[in-house]
Amino acid sequence: MAVEAPVIHEMGHAIKRKEDPRFIQGHGNYVDDIKLPGMLHLDFVRSTYAHAKITRINAEKALAHPGVLAVVTGKDLEAAGLAWMPTLMNDKQMVLPTDTVVYQGQEVAGVVAEDRYAAADGVALVEVEYESLPVVVDPRKALEPGAPVVRPDKNTNAVFHWEAGDKQAVDKTFKEADVVVKQDLYYPRIHVSYMETIGCVAQFDSIAGKLTMWMTTQAPHAVRTVASLVTHIPENKIRIVSPDIGGGFGGKVYVYPGYVVAAVASIKTGRPVKYINDRSEDHQSTAFGRDWYMTAELAAKRDGRILGLRINTTSDHGAFFGDANPSKFPAGLFSICTGSYDMKAAYAEVNGAHTNKPPGGITYRCSFRVTEAAYAIERIVDILAHKLNMDPAELRKKNFVPADKFPYKSALGWSYDSGNYQAAMDKALKKIGYAELRKEQEEKRKRGELMGIGISSFTEIVGAGPANTFDILGLKMFDSCEIRIHPTGTAIARFGTKSQGQGHETTYAQIISEELGLPVDAITVEEGDTDTAPYGLGTYASRSTPTAGAAAAMASRKIQAKAKKIAAYLLEAREEDLVWERGKFFVKGSPDKAKTIQDIAFAAYTNHPPDLEAGLEAVHYYNPPNMTFPFGTYVCVVDIDRGTGEVKVRRFLAVDDCGNIINPLIVEGQIHGALAMGFGTAFMEEIKYDSDGNQLGGNFMDYLIPTAVETPRWETDKTVTPSPHHPFGAKGVGESATVGSPAAYVNAVVDALSHLGVTHVDMPLHPWRVWQILKDKGVAL
Amino acid sequence: MNMSRHHISVTVNGNKREADVDSRTLLVHFIRETLGLTGTHIGCDTSNCGACTVILDGKAVKSCTILAVQAEGKEMLTVEGLAKDGKLHPVQEGFWEKHGLQCGFCTPGMLMTSYWLLQKNPNPTEEEIRRGISGNLCRCTGYVKIVEAVQYAAQKMRQPEAPVPAR
Repeated sequence: MAVEAPVIHEMGHAIKRKEDPRFIQGHGNYVDDIKLPGMLHLDFVRSTYAHAKITRINAEKALAHPGVLAVVTGKDLEAAGLAWMPTLMNDKQMVLPTDTVVYQGQEVAGVVAEDRYAAADGVALVEVEYESLPVVVDPRKALEPGAPVVRPDKNTNAVFHWEAGDKQAVDKTFKEADVVVKQDLYYPRIHVSYMETIGCVAQFDSIAGKLTMWMTTQAPHAVRTVASLVTHIPENKIRIVSPDIGGGFGGKVYVYPGYVVAAVASIKTGRPVKYINDRSEDHQSTAFGRDWYMTAELAAKRDGRILGLRINTTSDHGAFFGDANPSKFPAGLFSICTGSYDMKAAYAEVNGAHTNKPPGGITYRCSFRVTEAAYAIERIVDILAHKLNMDPAELRKKNFVPADKFPYKSALGWSYDSGNYQAAMDKALKKIGYAELRKEQEEKRKRGELMGIGISSFTEIVGAGPANTFDILGLKMFDSCEIRIHPTGTAIARFGTKSQGQGHETTYAQIISEELGLPVDAITVEEGDTDTAPYGLGTYASRSTPTAGAAAAMASRKIQAKAKKIAAYLLEAREEDLVWERGKFFVKGSPDKAKTIQDIAFAAYTNHPPDLEAGLEAVHYYNPPNMTFPFGTYVCVVDIDRGTGEVKVRRFLAVDDCGNIINPLIVEGQIHGALAMGFGTAFMEEIKYDSDGNQLGGNFMDYLIPTAVETPRWETDKTVTPSPHHPFGAKGVGESATVGSPAAYVNAVVDALSHLGVTHVDMPLHPWRVWQILKDKGVAL
Repeated sequence: MNMSRHHISVTVNGNKREADVDSRTLLVHFIRETLGLTGTHIGCDTSNCGACTVILDGKAVKSCTILAVQAEGKEMLTVEGLAKDGKLHPVQEGFWEKHGLQCGFCTPGMLMTSYWLLQKNPNPTEEEIRRGISGNLCRCTGYVKIVEAVQYAAQKMRQPEAPVPAR
């Protein structure tokens, strides 16, 4: 009987996502959807001051309110040794303050009540008296002598000094240069604004002595280990579950005070406790991104050849140094700032400062500060082009690392795995019609119309990372996959990562499908439950495909190796005579007598070789030998309204190279989403503070994120330059467009205004800012 | 904070549901916590994000901005009521086919707004779709694929073919 071969849907297929049926029918399971019997609700009294002494907390009225069970303060936690907790960067952070608050919106007291309304009532009834202290919100001022000191436990606001590169060599290039450009670049403070705010449900089972936390975390395993080390609860008595996550983008790597208070409240009350941030609370207290003051300088020859790069940065880390970085990288991977360009020497320096603002820094799809690095280099290269009166595309081409120089050792020490920057740019310029656009621009300028074309040819660095350099609090940044093939030929695969929308249930299944020939539908992917999943460091910084995706391939290959032994036994042949064709083994020359992976799976439990263990499963912990280096060229075309200063993005083309692609539909989705976030960064989003430390962008009324109306219709294309060291040549893609796109938008706007003598405008480029420039230059209508 | 209690009766996805609620109970909390329909989400506290969008007496509304008592006697459709007899509604199909969702958190609200948009305007232009969903925020997709999903649904609703099974 002819049996139709199952549809495999291995790598390269643009299949629909396996996770979607539950999401489109309202059956996702997010933290706030969890409802346990007897569950209490936790809400927070938050500081109205940016810096103040707490002189009195009076909880009497709150405790008298119906439904309120307890009010937890820093003093209560102090008694349990939990008023402070460690951060990911070896600093410590207040869980609840014992006497001093250090930013507005900081948790001051937790109110535990029978339902969320009673908890909110209780919050309103807690009386807190403050004595205000001097405030510092600008990191540059925070590092000046005499600045108010942010931390009660420190005598300085200096957090760290980091530098990379050869300072003297760079100084020399500046002496040899024909032309030097220098620009201050502020990368504003932004908030990633995942649609689901952070939260948790804590449940302490006093009989089993086990704490279960359903929480919005991108890194459940690391959270479990750190929680065990801090609380001394044995690690097997802590279970962290990341259920469906409504977007993370880095903001859900952090451990927030509310999680700890919820756990304490559950232990104390013996009942489950739910804590969910309101949007305003979330915006005012959870991790921000960027807030970097950079000064970039480039030295070049008259012909445009770049000699050296120097970048000095002051970075804001808020009151606690808790960036979600690999621990040895206080400035993240900012040393990728030489970007796509071959230059002799570079030097980068970052000075971190405390301010009276919430902690954070590494969020918003930044690949550990690669956003800042890419923005700096792509902006300063454009400024050099302008100064030399050269076309920015020409200048870039002249300085690209040539395709034949890979693997390429960058001036700041990275070994780029593969790349073909020229090819991506050529494709982008051809597709968008660059030459024609330049002609159009010239004609429009004659008519007084403002049109600009911006280019960004970025290089990303993702896949953290190799164990010799990458760890978080000592935990090496490998990731993992465990695959079990069931007797009837279906499988479950578990991972140490955690999707927050990236589509792992589909793409991981496609990888295994590619390697083992099992249909995608026969593979269940699970992540996020530390009781069942193999240990891993989680999903952020575009690391899942480079690490856990690689682990999936390696675990599959272990299974294939065992399957071969079983096939040899079944076929009564020698292993070396077997041929593997996706999903089956056969003896060379006899493809009609094949044993399928399904046959082999069944035999693994029913008829396996006597000298072989039963079962068909494998686990792999993948230590990447190097980072991967995705890249691309983005082109943005804008028109500026001289009456309003509004910038209209007419076209945006992204040519990305993320190596081999698992699912083109999902890759495109990742790029689209990150382009929109880059758009928000460039044109709309900024969290500002007044001099008293009041946050001025604390909710969706005041902090605008893009809607369908502002965002352009993205155009995408690709080149494919596989990673030579990754098991299936993939590189990662989630953050390429947040890394690459902001400079393209800004370069386009500056290009539109360059003939007026404008060389730089800081983000966000909202209409009033642009209009002020138009007015200053006398071209506003 | 003396709260009066009210008995309300609402037809939800075709079924009559009754409950006692506080006068201040938001409709979204009634839907999620009293009715246990957790497909409707809460994404903000300023009525900007639209994750809580449901259809109330034929109109798309943000259920975080309406009191439960205001739904008394009304008919409500939530995301759980879109699929019928194990068959997806065309807007659900469109979002699945066109990769109109990633994390899924905005999706129920987007689906309900899209559903309402297509009731009012069965053949919207791209511009009309973009304006129509502008009260719903999505942080993952960059919107292009949501627009394509709505276009797919519009096409499907005008020329019905065999609906896609829900699994």
